[in-house]
Amino acid sequence: MNKAYDKSTRIVCKALDVKISELDDWNCCGASAYMSIDELKSHLLSARNLALAEKEKKDLVVVCPACLTTLNKTNHYMGENPRLKRTIGSALRAANLQYFGTVKVRHLLEVIVNDVGENEIKARVKRSLSGLKVAPYYGCQLTRPFGEIDDKEFPMLLDRLLTWLGVEPVNFPMKAKCCGGMLAMTSEKVGLNLARGLIQNALDNGAEMISTICPLCHMTLEAYQGNVNKLFGTKYNIPILYFTQLIGLAFGFSRKALGINEELIPSQPVLEKYLEVVR
Amino acid sequence: MALAHPDRQAHSLGEVFLQDIYRIPGGEKIKECIQCGTCSASCPTSYAMDYTPREVIAALRAGMLDRVLKSNTIWLCASCYSCTVRCPSGIKLTDVMYELKRLAIEFGLTPKRAAAPVLSKLFVNIVDKYGRISETELVSKFYLKTNPFAMLNMIPRATKLFLRGRLPMIPHKIRGTSELKKCAGSMSEPMIAGLRPGLGAKKAS
Repeated sequence: MNKAYDKSTRIVCKALDVKISELDDWNCCGASAYMSIDELKSHLLSARNLALAEKEKKDLVVVCPACLTTLNKTNHYMGENPRLKRTIGSALRAANLQYFGTVKVRHLLEVIVNDVGENEIKARVKRSLSGLKVAPYYGCQLTRPFGEIDDKEFPMLLDRLLTWLGVEPVNFPMKAKCCGGMLAMTSEKVGLNLARGLIQNALDNGAEMISTICPLCHMTLEAYQGNVNKLFGTKYNIPILYFTQLIGLAFGFSRKALGINEELIPSQPVLEKYLEVVR
Repeated sequence: MALAHPDRQAHSLGEVFLQDIYRIPGGEKIKECIQCGTCSASCPTSYAMDYTPREVIAALRAGMLDRVLKSNTIWLCASCYSCTVRCPSGIKLTDVMYELKRLAIEFGLTPKRAAAPVLSKLFVNIVDKYGRISETELVSKFYLKTNPFAMLNMIPRATKLFLRGRLPMIPHKIRGTSELKKCAGSMSEPMIAGLRPGLGAKKAS
């Protein structure tokens, strides 16, 4: 996992008093790749994580929308299909595990916006980022397919959070469109064309930065931005930061502690225009 | 394009496909497709597909699923669920695409030189081995298999990522790998065969 996302997540959760602890011996959810090969084993991978979380009597908070959808899919499908529940249940028993279906799977963004909320966040803002124009990017799988936490095609969770931080979220029509990351290696032109469209749309709406909630979107928009330029003759140079890094900045943490120096496209020039200490 | 008489393979594929799809909650909705094309219009990659999502269901009905499996269509699905949330008949098209990917691999019908199935298989192998993914191993094995020359182009970016600590070199192996293997083993043959009657003989090696 991306270290900057990991670091900034831990710092921000601590500052907000959101008690998280890494699920012991968690396994990869398998994402879309595993689902493309073996349906039952893909559900089994999710189910093991769910069973481990249930044993600790905790909800499962993830910072990756693909994990969110994959785990939620298993959670829902096991609940709706008794046969699948039996199949996976008996497989889990081979390792003395069981899953009763009580775990809630949530994305950290939603936890911070809904559980912590506006007042707690505003109270911790120590640095004004006022005027910084950020495109709030959600990607595909935070709200699709289930749409339990926000609108499936035009979510607002991140927009609201950015406002509380004093950042200006720009209107971003493509905020929940696909970044193409899954195709960047296998159908480069098709995949990166999606990233190109997103970046262009953000720039057209005056964004100086894109904020993501997904490590794969971050990788595509950040590390592959140079490839987009090469492939399409564009000259994009827009920094991409995780939403947790922006929260951390507003809360007064150092850039280093938040991993804001690990980008291929430095965010420093943009941030320096706005960063000032308020109190 | 002339309509080929649907052959036996296409028929059996269609049967296996429907059996699998009906196991997904709401899977039977596939019968209610009205061919409106909302899926194709919502799909961000349909412009590059041999058959659009709407045509996939048309092909199923015409007994020509084998053509879809051999095409580039399913491997261009980025799993963004735009079609799924907009379908007026409630068809879970993304799940349909996943099922088609699995069938294509199972029946050995993936298009020649298609890179996406290679990536998925490597991903699965790595997760089976460590219980987690190792991006570094995934990417290097993938390019070695599909396009070793492209690896040279990757070196500058890989170096930059590495220097920023974004390219971990040592994969983390979880304690539960053997546990997962045991679970997966326990649900093998009889249970899966029970879910998929009459398949064995037609399976490609």
